[in-house]
Amino acid sequence: MNLIIAIIVDGVIYSSWLFLIASGLTLIYGVMKILNMAHGSFYAIGAYSGASMIGLYFAGGHPPWASYFMLLAVSIVAGVVTGLLIERGLLRFMYGRDEVVMILVTYGVLLILEDVIKLLWGVDAYFAYQPYVLLGRSKIGGLSFANYDFLLIAVTAVIGYILWWSLNRTRNGKLLQAVIHDREIAGALGINVTRTFSITFVIGAFLGVLAGALTAPGISVTPGLGIEVIVLAFAVVVIGGMGSVGGAFVGALIVGLSRALSVHLFPEGELFVIYGVMGLVLAFRPQGLFAIAGARKI
Amino acid sequence: MKKSTYISLFVLTGVLIALGLIVPYWLSFLITVALSKGLVVLGLMLLMRAGMVSFGQGLYYCAGAYSVGAFSQYFKIDDILVLLLVAISVGGTVSAIVGLLLARYREIFFAMFSMAFSMILYGILVKSTSFGSSDGFNVISPTLFGWAPQLEGGPILPFITISLIVMIVSIMMYHYFNSPMGMAGEAIRENEIRVEYLGISVHRVIYYKYIMAAVLASIGGAMTAMTVGHIDPEMAYWTTSGEFVFITLMGGTAHVAAPFLGAVVFELMRSFAFQYSPYTWQMVLGIALLAIIIFLPKGLWSLKSKIIKGDQV
Repeated sequence: MNLIIAIIVDGVIYSSWLFLIASGLTLIYGVMKILNMAHGSFYAIGAYSGASMIGLYFAGGHPPWASYFMLLAVSIVAGVVTGLLIERGLLRFMYGRDEVVMILVTYGVLLILEDVIKLLWGVDAYFAYQPYVLLGRSKIGGLSFANYDFLLIAVTAVIGYILWWSLNRTRNGKLLQAVIHDREIAGALGINVTRTFSITFVIGAFLGVLAGALTAPGISVTPGLGIEVIVLAFAVVVIGGMGSVGGAFVGALIVGLSRALSVHLFPEGELFVIYGVMGLVLAFRPQGLFAIAGARKI
Repeated sequence: MKKSTYISLFVLTGVLIALGLIVPYWLSFLITVALSKGLVVLGLMLLMRAGMVSFGQGLYYCAGAYSVGAFSQYFKIDDILVLLLVAISVGGTVSAIVGLLLARYREIFFAMFSMAFSMILYGILVKSTSFGSSDGFNVISPTLFGWAPQLEGGPILPFITISLIVMIVSIMMYHYFNSPMGMAGEAIRENEIRVEYLGISVHRVIYYKYIMAAVLASIGGAMTAMTVGHIDPEMAYWTTSGEFVFITLMGGTAHVAAPFLGAVVFELMRSFAFQYSPYTWQMVLGIALLAIIIFLPKGLWSLKSKIIKGDQV
């Protein structure tokens, strides 16, 4: 029984973390058709800026509970700055190129950002455990879990809901869906596609940065952490269907739960299981679980 | 191919090998590794001509390396020809199975799916203690029928072998690219359905191309393993595959020699960037990649036609 609880709780915690990262990636792909390899770097930037700001914040002796809001504020600033810099400074000159070329462009951005991060924060590890410890731990069926992880689940749920709501229930969200569905027709009908692109990229970057900033308190922030994360996010997004936020949600749950199953029952298979599931889904549904069927071009 | 081209190719290979015996060891080592990677990139170029980009060529690069490492360790065989044959058969077998599935996919789905497969191998290797987990293990230096020429600095056999392999493979690929099967690749990139209507099985063409690319990648991996003397799961990690795609783009797809040019330039650039700015070498590579995408979208090889055209004007 304890094992089942452990698997489910661990799985859901991991899934919510995955969804936080993957939602930005899938949003950017859906709207702009750019598979953003640099998304892992956004995550790393978030983790670093979050961790270093928390260090400063607690050194200054401010009220500890407000540190969570500070994490959010840091993510907004870092996300908007990075997102705008990359979109306005580079990507907008590349629109209209082949999807595969765009992967390579963002791969170049990833290589550059990796070193920018090292230049800005050095190569030493950062620790920002205070927000993590502050909430304490609670027991479920005799097993101890960190409350911070439950906060993470709650935040993910709120973000997922906000994303869904703003995509489906607001005017701008519906305009965005029109762009996702058909860029050219949407442009012809008077939607400012370029502006949509900028806004989407900034929101996507913010989501990646936020994921990093929220993860930072639970880990030690070291170089190379974005490189590991991006392939996981790819697996989630590909399983759910690229460009679908709902798909990313289901994909995160599938990957998260199967990883938790593997970690508890068969630890050697941890990485293998994630990509095995991805391969299995692609073998039967090449476009992913929730992708909209496209027309065949002749 | 004209007779004179053959002769100049033979002479060029002879000169390359002779130079390899004279230049400092680090340079011949670097060129050996670069040419090995060039083989992998040649395979990628073969796929790219058909409009497909694999982000998982590290799978075969790593499979070739590990099959050489494991085989030489367990059977105590260090003959370079036997080890290469082992790598080729492992790469060929794996790709013949995986290719059945992958040949159905195109564009970004092909890229992602091939990446998933190489990450599966990475996941297995990282957790398998008998292969040294994430540390990998050492590979013995190869011999040819017991012959292992040494130079000041290290063994030179891998360099001689890779030079000969590159020559043979270049001739074979040149003929392949000019055969109906080879040319079908570009037709597929342009319009798959029309190719089908012309009576060519697209699936079969791509399947064979996929296997060829895999075999080339496993030879490259095997040669790297024997040259460097150490292998680790990192060879199957997605960053390795990304590097190969980078080199393909850098060299261009216009000529059989372009991948090797790209690989040598890439390795030189990386070595110097690593030496002179150890903290920002990735940034140097990233900027180079962006510069090539923006200014030389057809790769370094397109410089040749640009320069020649410039002369005529």
